[in-house]
Amino acid sequence: MIAAAAHPLAPEQRAVTGRDLGWLCGCLVFVMAPHAMRVPWWLTALSMCLFGWRVYVAMSQRRLPSVWILVGVALLGMLAIGLEYRTIFGRASGIALLMVLAGLKLLEMRTHRDATMVVFLCYFLVLTNFLYTQSIQTAVIMFAALVAITGALVSFSAPHRSSMADLRTAGLLLVHAIPIAAVLFVLFPRVQGPLWGMPQDAYSGVTGLTDTMSPGTLSQLSVSDAIAFRALFKGPAPSPRQLYWRGPVLWDYDGRTWRTGPRRWRTADEVTGGEARFEYSVVLEPHNRNWLFALETAASLPPNSWLSNDGQVMSNAEIRNRMRYDMVSVAGGQRGGEETQGSQARATILPAGFNPRTLALAQEWQRTIADDDAMLRHAIAWLRDQRFVYTLLPPALGRDSVDEFLFDTKRGFCEHFSSAFVVLMRAAGVPARVVTGYQGGEFNPLDGYVTVRQAEAHAWAEVYVTARGWVRVDPTAVSMPGRVDSGMANSVPSGDPVPFMMRADAAWLKSMRYNWEALTNRWNLWVLGYNTDRQREFLARIGFSDADWRNLATMLLTTVGLILVALLAWSLKRLVRPDPVQQLWLAFCRKLAAAGVERDPHEGPRDFTARAAQRFPNVAATIVAVGERYISLRYGAVRRDAELAELKKSVREFRPA
Amino acid sequence: MAAQLTAGGTRRSRLGTWFYGRRTVEHGPITLGHRRVYIMPTRIGMMFAATLAIMLVGSINYVLSLGFMLTFLLAGLALAGMVHTVRNLARLVVVSGRAEPVFAGESAQFRLFVENPAPWVRPAVMVRHDASGAQTVDDIPASATADVILPVHAARRGWLDLGRVSLETRFPIGLFRAWSHVQPDFRCLVYPRPEKAPLPPSSPDASFGSRQAATQGTDDFSSLRTYQPADSPRHVAWKAVARTDDMLTKQFTGDASAELILDWALIPGALDLEAKLSRLTGWVLACEAAGLRYGLRMPGVNIPAAHGDMHRTACLTALALFEPAAAPAAG
Repeated sequence: MIAAAAHPLAPEQRAVTGRDLGWLCGCLVFVMAPHAMRVPWWLTALSMCLFGWRVYVAMSQRRLPSVWILVGVALLGMLAIGLEYRTIFGRASGIALLMVLAGLKLLEMRTHRDATMVVFLCYFLVLTNFLYTQSIQTAVIMFAALVAITGALVSFSAPHRSSMADLRTAGLLLVHAIPIAAVLFVLFPRVQGPLWGMPQDAYSGVTGLTDTMSPGTLSQLSVSDAIAFRALFKGPAPSPRQLYWRGPVLWDYDGRTWRTGPRRWRTADEVTGGEARFEYSVVLEPHNRNWLFALETAASLPPNSWLSNDGQVMSNAEIRNRMRYDMVSVAGGQRGGEETQGSQARATILPAGFNPRTLALAQEWQRTIADDDAMLRHAIAWLRDQRFVYTLLPPALGRDSVDEFLFDTKRGFCEHFSSAFVVLMRAAGVPARVVTGYQGGEFNPLDGYVTVRQAEAHAWAEVYVTARGWVRVDPTAVSMPGRVDSGMANSVPSGDPVPFMMRADAAWLKSMRYNWEALTNRWNLWVLGYNTDRQREFLARIGFSDADWRNLATMLLTTVGLILVALLAWSLKRLVRPDPVQQLWLAFCRKLAAAGVERDPHEGPRDFTARAAQRFPNVAATIVAVGERYISLRYGAVRRDAELAELKKSVREFRPA
Repeated sequence: MAAQLTAGGTRRSRLGTWFYGRRTVEHGPITLGHRRVYIMPTRIGMMFAATLAIMLVGSINYVLSLGFMLTFLLAGLALAGMVHTVRNLARLVVVSGRAEPVFAGESAQFRLFVENPAPWVRPAVMVRHDASGAQTVDDIPASATADVILPVHAARRGWLDLGRVSLETRFPIGLFRAWSHVQPDFRCLVYPRPEKAPLPPSSPDASFGSRQAATQGTDDFSSLRTYQPADSPRHVAWKAVARTDDMLTKQFTGDASAELILDWALIPGALDLEAKLSRLTGWVLACEAAGLRYGLRMPGVNIPAAHGDMHRTACLTALALFEPAAAPAAG
């Protein structure tokens, strides 16, 4: 007996070829390229060196390096990553580790089994890219990567095909996978993550407001196109002057930096007065803080949130995923209750020994004006007269920053205006505080959403007037009315950097931008924001109002099963294209059988037609002609379309009688 | 003929019989309908499932919607790949070709045709002979036929049934293995293993004067006659053919007198049946090579003396299929 030979299809039996290596290196470079921009340069260089080493080994047909060398490189890599990131268990360091391991895996890859493992690693690296961005562009690029990686997988199972054929097969497979993926995406029972503690750096790199403000904080944000949140209003949208989205309120000043200080909880009692009531929903981008942004003055609270004593809506948990909440706000409304003495006192504290000129000015005012209300009007009037310049590139300020801004440079950004105004009011003995948040937003006429970007971060002031409560004063708007009415782009001197998305553009560009943003918004809402709640909402909309995971699983399995059966049926049907001539002949035989002349299995067409012709003498000529035509079409050397059409016609019109 | 199922006494093959059904030998072209294509994930497929599980947990933990999308797309890829793997094998048609007779100890070349009715290539289809492990991997071209030769060791004389053949593929993604078994009505004749032995000195009732003379006489060319289909190509006068374009056969002297009957009784009775048949086979080959006229006499078999390929085939077939039961205590 001959011993059973090695299984030629088993991947562990087949050695990796140069072509396989080309596929794998290409895929790895594809999926690692976005990471290369985030990791330190030496890591990219190390990965490239490892790839180059493997390619060199393959080209020169040398032996692969020994395990000990690879372990050495791995340990060195881990050490270097540990030193660079101070941990090897974080998100960024984990990805760095994967990049090194992918190179090392290539260097110990001998058979197709190892090569397939590298393919799986590539799939996993695609996933790691989504930790940083999940935009539409990323999705498109990563789908392309997916086609390439699947092409590599296909190439391993049929080594003799062209790469183009492999890519086509991969594309076809992925196209067939899309309906299954869509069903799984919609119906797979969602669990709200996270399942366990996240690495420390899981949410780093998110831009947004902070709970401190020092010169430069907001102007840094002002060049960011990143979206802070979107809002959809039921009914008419507010005017630009009403679009003050309240964020952290800053009380404590140390001469340079404003801070929020401790927050207290307060009852969300009725909001009184106000010009207009707005109902809207907000889709908030993750910003890693527990702040929910709402128009001033918030009159409702979303679930799992609370109201701080300074009127900010706070979420119980940090916002780490895009979330959607409904809000009601009353523009110009006031919440009842007098501010406590303690808070009033806190809102007049100034650090000693800073800004002597400002203090002197305020004290002069204090001598002539007794009333808080009058003091406020006087200060606003003074501000308006001073001809300040609003700029994103303010000159650097020294120790007495408010003095220098108010009396020397007179050029600044909203943080300078608000900070200076609050210092001025406090020096004059009027309780005041800085409010940060966003001002404005761009209305998209296509889907009705108002988009608020980080660049619209703003700081304004609130002054406590005994009879009226806290009154909003926007010193920037007072000095530069255009900032609020026509947006930032028109307020800053030309030549200042303005984010691309904020510029006033040509109409076509604007419409393209609106389309794109509407698409992005829908993507965010329905693809990226598809969570447990959205799933429930969607299922309720299609008629399954209380589907638990069992119903979901049943629906899921049924639908996927049906898709697979349909796919199988379609595939098998395409496998055999029945010969049209044969089909016509069988149809003809069926007609004769119905009339009582059945063809015996052994009977050839000529014998059968002769017998049938005897039986039906009045159509004998037709029967014999069909038989002859069938023979010539089926067994003849050339098949003419005209003859086929003739056969079709005569079979269709044939009536044995 | 009896269906030669390989199902023996072992548990594994009994399980196989239960699973695949007691499929007997099939006649004519065998179409691999999708119902007889089996599919299971490979070890690589299992690892893929594990990778997907990790990716799913990662997506849940980091709340990555696109991570879910990717994981589900890959799950869909695996399921679609399963259908494509079945499709790569389904509706192939296996047709038996010809297997030339061989001598025991040689390897029988079973030629199968695998026909692909679909208008696209079926890449990487393995055809494997289950009992011997003989296998080939082939791409079967679109709407065409690939021929596959399975070399199977012929251990014993008689009919060698091909037995069960499996077709297997892992194309396109290698995560699944689809296979199907066929057992075509296909057998190869195995002649007894020839034994090199000197030709017998004489025969009791054969009237040949001098074997020695006859042997020499074969080399003496006497004349040419017109070729007849039964003539051995070795005796065709190729030089004459080249000159005249007529097929001519060389005739040798001493034909009539040098006649040898290879008789069962000439072999010592001490030898066992197979050894006897081996010796007779050796004699047949030697006679044919020497150009002698020879006959074969065995219990129940009597082939009169003749000469040529057809005669040789007839003798060897008789030897291959000789049934001792038909022989009433020979010797």
